[in-house]
Amino acid sequence: MSDPLTAALVAWLLGAVDGSLPLAAGTQPAALTLQGGFAAVGEAIFAALRWVLAQWYWLMDWAYYLTGLEMLNPRYRYMHRAILVGLCVGVMAPLIGTFLVHRQLALIGDALAHTAFAGVAVGLFLNAVIDLGVSPYLTAVVVAMIAALFIELISETTDAYNDVSMAIVLSTGFALGTTLISLNAGGLAVGVNQFLFGSLSTVSPQSAGILLVLFVVIVGTVAVTRNQLLYVTFDETAAAVSGISVNWYNRVMVMLTAMVVVGAMQIMGVILVAAMLVVPVAGATQVSRSFTESLVVSVVLAELAVLLGIAVAYYGGVTAGGVIVLVAVGIYVCAVGVGKLQSARGGREVPEMGSIETDDADPSAGTGGD
Amino acid sequence: MSANDAASATVGESAERATEAAAEADESVIDLAGVTFGYTATPVVEDVSLRVEPGEYVAVVGPNGSGKSTLMRLMLGLLGPDAGTARLFGEDAARFDDGERVGYVAQQAAAAEDMPITVREVVKMGRFPYLGLDRLSDGAFADELADDPVRTARRTANVVSGRLTADDWETVDDALATVGMSAFADRRIGRLSGGQRQRVFIARALAGEADLLVLDEPTVGVDAESVDAFYDLLDALNDAGITVVLIEHDLGAVVEHADRVVCLNREVYFDGPTDEFVESDALARAFGTEARFLTGGAE
Repeated sequence: MSDPLTAALVAWLLGAVDGSLPLAAGTQPAALTLQGGFAAVGEAIFAALRWVLAQWYWLMDWAYYLTGLEMLNPRYRYMHRAILVGLCVGVMAPLIGTFLVHRQLALIGDALAHTAFAGVAVGLFLNAVIDLGVSPYLTAVVVAMIAALFIELISETTDAYNDVSMAIVLSTGFALGTTLISLNAGGLAVGVNQFLFGSLSTVSPQSAGILLVLFVVIVGTVAVTRNQLLYVTFDETAAAVSGISVNWYNRVMVMLTAMVVVGAMQIMGVILVAAMLVVPVAGATQVSRSFTESLVVSVVLAELAVLLGIAVAYYGGVTAGGVIVLVAVGIYVCAVGVGKLQSARGGREVPEMGSIETDDADPSAGTGGD
Repeated sequence: MSANDAASATVGESAERATEAAAEADESVIDLAGVTFGYTATPVVEDVSLRVEPGEYVAVVGPNGSGKSTLMRLMLGLLGPDAGTARLFGEDAARFDDGERVGYVAQQAAAAEDMPITVREVVKMGRFPYLGLDRLSDGAFADELADDPVRTARRTANVVSGRLTADDWETVDDALATVGMSAFADRRIGRLSGGQRQRVFIARALAGEADLLVLDEPTVGVDAESVDAFYDLLDALNDAGITVVLIEHDLGAVVEHADRVVCLNREVYFDGPTDEFVESDALARAFGTEARFLTGGAE
């Protein structure tokens, strides 16, 4: 590593992602100021994350003393972290999924999950070969975001999202992942299952911290750009005419999707992660009348699926990802039924259309008729 | 004055002010000069020159594949011409950044049938160009901050957070009242008929206080009675001062409502008053070209 700046950044990254290394270790004098700045910011973020986790443990301890639920026992900190991750996923997955589903881009989550798997493989490979000590979730975020931009660029070039480009990215991601794993099978294959199928017990403080950062970024970005994302989702051409940069917001959306996928991958696994983007949203669509209502309902349905799924997985000793998806699908089926009932009951009263009114217009013009 | 009267007055006054301002500045709403464009080497639109002045009601007609929709995209800056220039309100159309001045209504298929979204939420979108972080780079922002810091700070908070103000909501409700859709405000748009949906999209444009309304075959799939009501609405808005550019295949409606017709089939065959268009042979020439092309004849 000849470049001192790069050396400083890598040293900070290693320090930041691997608690065993002191922050800013092994740096060179030329980069000390910059590195010091990064290290200070990094330390502040990680201190905040540690504080949030500590408060969460405290909250869960109280929940245990109040409910007596075994899965909340203070001895099982991993369950506390799994519940925290699940709750965050239950908010951010349907939040992004709502925009994807209504643009008929439900499959993009699956494609990005498979590229995130390649990112995990890259992380594991680098750790095994050059002992980099980086979290596989961090490499997964990077690789998935690059893939997301790649999909978006293909769609901008060809003027349409298409199954073919998603299938190519999906297959390439999975192929890269399996190849890297097979290159060093002895060292990597052991930990691959948790990424493929997800696991409650392997949510480390470090990966919970990464997810909290992703959560803040995703929710914050959606809060600020929700109007533009909605306009682009509903009517892309009208949005472009109104001056909204459609390509820019499409890129934002796919990047956020990549982050959600990696965040949810911890407990859902690569294979099932896309379900959290789609199934709660599909359920909410059945019973909601407005877009705002559908966002809220999809989050509620997702949280229900996550909490029930984690509980069943814990007490039944089964894989959490699979149970969460099965519960979500069960909820979806119920939502379809409720939606049909709503349709049967509603819609009988049709309000009358008003008159067309402009100051120079005949008030009686264009009345009713539709 | 009733709520509807107030709404109509708002639309009329706003559009008339914009029309007067544009006329004073000698600013064409749309100005295409020698525009040529093709998706491949063969041009879809060739050497088209066209000026639309404030307050006009212009219909663009032509056979299928004649380049009408492409011409509309060129007008709006969604496509850049291969040759020639396209200007919108005096600015290069591709760099035009006053999007709220333009209302766009597509064929009803653009609206997602299954999307749970209410009529009011759709109309609300007309106010979105006034929100967003990029609005803070507006040159007038610094002046406003100096003049009225409290109001500007409040407005800034709304702009950044994307929240509509009470004034914005009033504009939205006024727009709904103008098109006679107030009673449907909380209905899912997917449950409305084609004609009702198109009224909602007009309301969205009105909520943005658009000076120009561009409609791309808006009555495709709409029943005849609703089509009549829809064109009455366009007439009324045009009378109130809004410039209307209508891409249309229904020649009967065009002849009945538009003041000026542009007949297109790759190039302009006719551009003039509607009554002259009716008496001219432009339609036969424009559609005849297409007929010969379809039967393999060379032009």
